Amino acid sequence: MKRVYVNEAWCLGCHLCEYNCAFANSGEADMAFALKGKPLYPRIHIEEGDKICYAVSCRHCTDPLCVKSCIAAALQVKDGVITVDQSRCVGCLTCVLVCPYGALAPNENGVMQKCELCLQNACGAPACVQGCPNQAIVYEERSAAE
Amino acid sequence: MKQYVILGNGVAAAHCIEGIRSVDKATPITVVSAENHPVYCRPLISYYLEDKADPARMNYRPEGFYRENGCTVLYGKTAKAIDPAQKTVILDDGESLPYTALCVATGSSPFVPPAEGLDSVEQKFTFLTLDDAAALKRAAKKQCHALIVGAGLIGLKCAEGLRPLVWDITVCDLANRVLSSILDNDCASRIQAQLEQHGVRFLLGDTVQRYEKNTAFMKSGKTVAFDLLVLAVGVRANTALVKACGGKTERGILVDERMQTSLPDIYAAGDCTQGTDASTGQQRVLAILPNAALQGRCAGINMAGGNAVFDNAIPMNAIGFFGLHALSAGSDCGGETYEENDEKHLKRLYCKDNRLTGFMLIGDTARAGIYTSLIREKTPLDSLDFERLKQTPTTTAFSKQERRHKFGGAV
Repeated sequence: MKRVYVNEAWCLGCHLCEYNCAFANSGEADMAFALKGKPLYPRIHIEEGDKICYAVSCRHCTDPLCVKSCIAAALQVKDGVITVDQSRCVGCLTCVLVCPYGALAPNENGVMQKCELCLQNACGAPACVQGCPNQAIVYEERSAAE
Repeated sequence: MKQYVILGNGVAAAHCIEGIRSVDKATPITVVSAENHPVYCRPLISYYLEDKADPARMNYRPEGFYRENGCTVLYGKTAKAIDPAQKTVILDDGESLPYTALCVATGSSPFVPPAEGLDSVEQKFTFLTLDDAAALKRAAKKQCHALIVGAGLIGLKCAEGLRPLVWDITVCDLANRVLSSILDNDCASRIQAQLEQHGVRFLLGDTVQRYEKNTAFMKSGKTVAFDLLVLAVGVRANTALVKACGGKTERGILVDERMQTSLPDIYAAGDCTQGTDASTGQQRVLAILPNAALQGRCAGINMAGGNAVFDNAIPMNAIGFFGLHALSAGSDCGGETYEENDEKHLKRLYCKDNRLTGFMLIGDTARAGIYTSLIREKTPLDSLDFERLKQTPTTTAFSKQERRHKFGGAV
């Protein structure tokens, strides 16, 4: 299955992926209209450390602890993609408590949202990857790292 | 003929079914369900009170789940006895069910301490099942005064859900703080203040001595008039079936890391069990949903002849009331504590012997799971930049090699 991977050596820390993510999931046609003057709730975030930075979004784990821990069965696996049914989520944050990557965060209404690889929105493939100016984020099939 | 039997039809049972089917697609499974509902999201019953969840969306598995997994569900029935020698379960209606492998996933029951005059109270409820919640919701009227006995998680989630439906709510508890089994004084007082701000009143360090119809006479001499009484003192693991047939039980049914009980071909999973808390190494009942799911799956795989181990169960609680969230995992094992504490936020990290053993976060809870993973994986703290991690949960604190492992391929 294709997943999103990052190359921390190439990440510029420009945060464009966060904007592209929020725009792709806004349902709006115009980026400025969708994002200008509004707080950003992207499903990917840049982690910044001592001289390193890289983007983190859902890893779509093969054995996802978030799905098993969800008290509302709102988190589900469909063909390997972990999705959230927002109509079921009660915002308890159990998934935030268990995700080892810190990849889940609530939206402005306290309901969970997460990377669904842009398969549910008009983009059809991860907008963060398409918009990355330095190919630091890729969408490809890989086996486990050593 | 081969047959798997599961006693109970909650979250552990659902994952047990899926665990069995990941190994064995064919052998029939019989599920004995005391409740007349397909598996549902039990922790949502408090959200159901205030219409944040409704039974149509509380199903834990899609329609057709049992059929597609070759399960027969016996609704409204309970097991009366297990005969390990004959490998049969005897049901309350006298029917006998043979099993090749058995999973006991009977959950827990409300503990209702005897009290003088309790029989004279007309509108009294427990709060553990969907039927309990439905009965309470039907009885709740805007002009009602509610008394909840027990300031544990069940009592307080009930208070939150019930708050918009009734005139006022009083919660009493023998302990001098709320959530006394999960929180210390500091954290408990923040949660209590949040509930008080939303109109929940507390009588702590106090207990009901006797009831007289709609009045509770407290030990302190106070009296509380009520229309609805919710008894949420605590729960007890349903261990009786296993104990009666010679299986080892303490506060729960004792299980090993394969979810096997002390009896051959009998497994157990979920709130009825007592296993090892990996954060302390001690035996305890960990009645939390993630544990039920992980134990259930492990039991199912092993029942079907597979080989699964679940050996990193830790306490994990996501507690929230009226928008204030407290996330905690692991335990304070008496080592060093790192603390940040201001008006809005509280952070405590408990460390011992180069490991993070537990934490508590109130307010700012973002990315808490990074801390949880350090506890579950017993990560040596000198293998990462812990000074950085103390400030904020971030994967940049991991070594380059560990980051490669976590982010360089499929996980």
